[in-house]
Amino acid sequence: MLFDDPVYASRLLTLLTLSFHIIYATIGVGVPLMIMIAQWIGIKKNDNHYILMARRWAKGFVVTVAVGVVTGTIIGLQLSLLWPRFMELAGNIIALPLFMEVFAFFFEAIFLGIYLYTWDRFDNPKKHFLLLIPVALGAGMSAFFITIVNSFMNSPGGFDIVNGQLMNANPLAAMFTASMPTKVSHVLATAYMTVAFMLAAIAAFKLIKGSNHEYHKKALYMTMKVGLVFAIATALIGDLSGKYLAEYQSEKLAAAEWHFETEEGAPLLMYGVLDENQEVKYAIQVPFALSILAHGNPTSEVIGLNEFPVEEQPPLVIHYFFDTMVTIGGFMIFLSLVYWIGIKRSWPFVKANWYRWLIVLGGPLSFLAIEAGWWMAEVGRQPWILRGIMTVDQAATTSEYVGHMFILFAGLYLVLGIGTVVVLRRIFKNDPVEKELEKMQGGDPS
Amino acid sequence: MSLEILGMSVLWLFLFGYVIVGSIDYGAGFFNAHSIITGKQHILSKIIQRYLSPVWEVTNVFFVFFFVGIVGFFPQSAYYFGTILLIPGSIGLILLAIRGSYYAFESYGTSGHRGYAFMYGASGLLIPASLSIVLTISEGGFVSLVDGNPVLDYVALFTSPLTWSIVVLSIAAVLYISAVFLTWYANKTGDVKATDLMRKYAIGWSIPLIIAASGIIYELSSHNEEHFSRIMDLWWMFALSFVLWLGTVWLLWKRKNYGLAFGFLVGQFALAFFAYGISHYPYLLYPHLTIYEGFTNTAMAISLVVVFILGMALLLPSLYLLLKLFLFDKNYVQGNKNKEE
Ligand code: HDD
Ligand code: HEM
Ligand code: HEM
Repeated sequence: MLFDDPVYASRLLTLLTLSFHIIYATIGVGVPLMIMIAQWIGIKKNDNHYILMARRWAKGFVVTVAVGVVTGTIIGLQLSLLWPRFMELAGNIIALPLFMEVFAFFFEAIFLGIYLYTWDRFDNPKKHFLLLIPVALGAGMSAFFITIVNSFMNSPGGFDIVNGQLMNANPLAAMFTASMPTKVSHVLATAYMTVAFMLAAIAAFKLIKGSNHEYHKKALYMTMKVGLVFAIATALIGDLSGKYLAEYQSEKLAAAEWHFETEEGAPLLMYGVLDENQEVKYAIQVPFALSILAHGNPTSEVIGLNEFPVEEQPPLVIHYFFDTMVTIGGFMIFLSLVYWIGIKRSWPFVKANWYRWLIVLGGPLSFLAIEAGWWMAEVGRQPWILRGIMTVDQAATTSEYVGHMFILFAGLYLVLGIGTVVVLRRIFKNDPVEKELEKMQGGDPS
Repeated sequence: MSLEILGMSVLWLFLFGYVIVGSIDYGAGFFNAHSIITGKQHILSKIIQRYLSPVWEVTNVFFVFFFVGIVGFFPQSAYYFGTILLIPGSIGLILLAIRGSYYAFESYGTSGHRGYAFMYGASGLLIPASLSIVLTISEGGFVSLVDGNPVLDYVALFTSPLTWSIVVLSIAAVLYISAVFLTWYANKTGDVKATDLMRKYAIGWSIPLIIAASGIIYELSSHNEEHFSRIMDLWWMFALSFVLWLGTVWLLWKRKNYGLAFGFLVGQFALAFFAYGISHYPYLLYPHLTIYEGFTNTAMAISLVVVFILGMALLLPSLYLLLKLFLFDKNYVQGNKNKEE
């Protein structure tokens, strides 16, 4: 399959590259905001711990940004290499946000370079802080623009097809399509949420490993609080995404929910398996919940998958992606909420090691939710690359050797992934917090 | 000026920007690796690190700008070039990835890994070589349409002398541009040893450069006569470019005004690059695709141009700030305030 079917190989390679890039992209979107918050608190409270937090995060960020830029460049060019027919069409309608994204990168790259290399060049630390604003803004705008492109693929708009010819292209209308508001906001909220929990996981891990430093406690409390806010936002927007799907891409929602027959007052299914007759077994049923997710009304009608021709039905595996995402979302809200209340009320167990292990687990879980979310959104769009207009078979390259390229890139990502971990560990091992604090001000945190 | 030409000019300008800033970066990597192998690391590494680390991401965006822009302005080129370039493009991407990660992985590793520095240096030559293949392909003769889909003839491509002259030119150009720039930069930092070394490299690479460039024009006379005759119509641009090349070499020889020498070099390459571009007009890919057939719709073209102007209004001041802080700041350049984390 991999070596003799360019369509299949292109899909796998796209899956691989995007799944890898999204890890770094998420970090790239989220970390600047976290650095900003920490540095701002540090300047406000005149607390060196927070300044050091910003500094250390920025240091690690250099490494992940580099890999983010590299993998982003790869996916940018690979879109043309693997999906030439799609890019030819897309170039006519949706090139504008792609082009804007480049400016966002430019903007971010310039100020990031300045920010990273000027820690001690300003007498007034607020000036240095100001440099972060364009960095965070640029990163957010990158995500904003690229997600607009993805929204367009899910709900194309801004042009007419007359006799198979593309007419009346309207680049602005193509940017503001039906799925754009929920998609963009969900992607941004999840990036901030995930990065907050990733940093919380690191702080919790340090505390478990015996460091009892104030620094880690402050970091943990702050990141869990930020994470909670964005986790709640994520769930709320996720609910709106469901309503979008019900209205515009009902086949995706139906496939994700194994909802075959159109019915009113539909239940939500979690987990379970399908037997050979497409009967759902061992699933947890939440009565009326699917109708609520779809239309905000427990008795409303939800369209079932059987309404769609078989060749247009998305793969049913996306049910598990959806479950994974939602389960993790719920779990993270619960975990961070209990932690926050626990700290306020001085419940001892939130400081216990087993609770901290759960927080450590939350970091990788959040990334898993991001991956699951994208897999559900993209695999759930199958067989379309541009929903209702172009299928992946029509879009894929006709070149040979795509499968070989897959092997090549898989090797590359392996090296990059291992490299990131090794280098990050080395940086922080050589410079533990305690030592850096001493360097800053004789260990005195104020 | 028609929108087609405006779009192409903007892209060509950015590609030119990438050729210059990218060459500086690629060549520096090569000189860095070379100096490690010959045990002269102490002379060059510091300069290379100080200049390149803060700006490499910006360099990369020039490249991204070009390939995103060309899909926007000329969507059909995505189809033609995307289909043919799967393998050369993928190899170029992998090399780019090795380089990009170098800054992250190596400037933090406590002890530089020799193997990585070596790959980094080698990729600095291989990337321009692999990217330059696109120029060769665009000259036509290597692509045929099979069932309506473009197919690249690798055997013809790799046995053509044109291909190899362009590869040699790209490598010579990278090393020459980089060496002249680093001579100037090292001189600014007041590092006499590094300046002398780079000056020697710069003069050394000026000759292969001009030989390779003439060689290509000669190859074209038989490979693509139409293009060749259009180049001849523009002989005066190439002649001017040659004069500027003489100027650079003369200044280097006399150890005078390295800043002006680099200025001449930019002028030399700009003239040659645009003369080549103009003579290539109107083809993107001989003889299959011209900028007129491949152009996007008017609404998209206008909005791209508007975004470009707005984007430039944002970028130029920021770029100026970056250069002011790192390239033209005396203290930073000389390493006095070099407290990078
Ligand atoms: C930390 C990650 C994360 C978490 C906890 C959630 N999501 Fe999500 N979700 C994403 C990360 C994500 C994502 C990666 O950002 C996706 C993929 C494509 C997209 O637009 O966003 C996504 C897509 C996505 C879609 C598909 C949109 C489309 O295909 O157009 C729906 C319906 C939801 N989400 C709903 C939810 C609900 C109801 C959640 C309940 C808590 C939830 N998500 C939590
Ligand atoms: C935001 C811009 C994005 C664009 C323009 C985009 C584009 C594409 C394209 C062209 C394909 C190939 C066609 C297909 O197989 O459906 C694809 C597939 C895929 N993408 Fe996206 N994508 C985007 C975001 C993402 C991200 C961030 C992920 C992260 C994991 C992702 C995950 C996938 C997966 C898993 C597939 C394979 C689906 C399959 O073929 O079964 N996508 N995407
Ligand atoms: C098909 C989808 C995508 C394409 C074509 C793409 C393209 C790129 C490119 C070309 C770069 C490098 C830019 C540079 O040279 O500086 C990059 C980096 C980046 N991308 Fe992606 N990208 C995609 C998906 C995404 C998604 C879905 C997000 C966010 C949710 C994202 C966020 C970022 C960020 C923040 C960076 C900056 C690097 C960093 O800070 O780590 N990208 N991307």
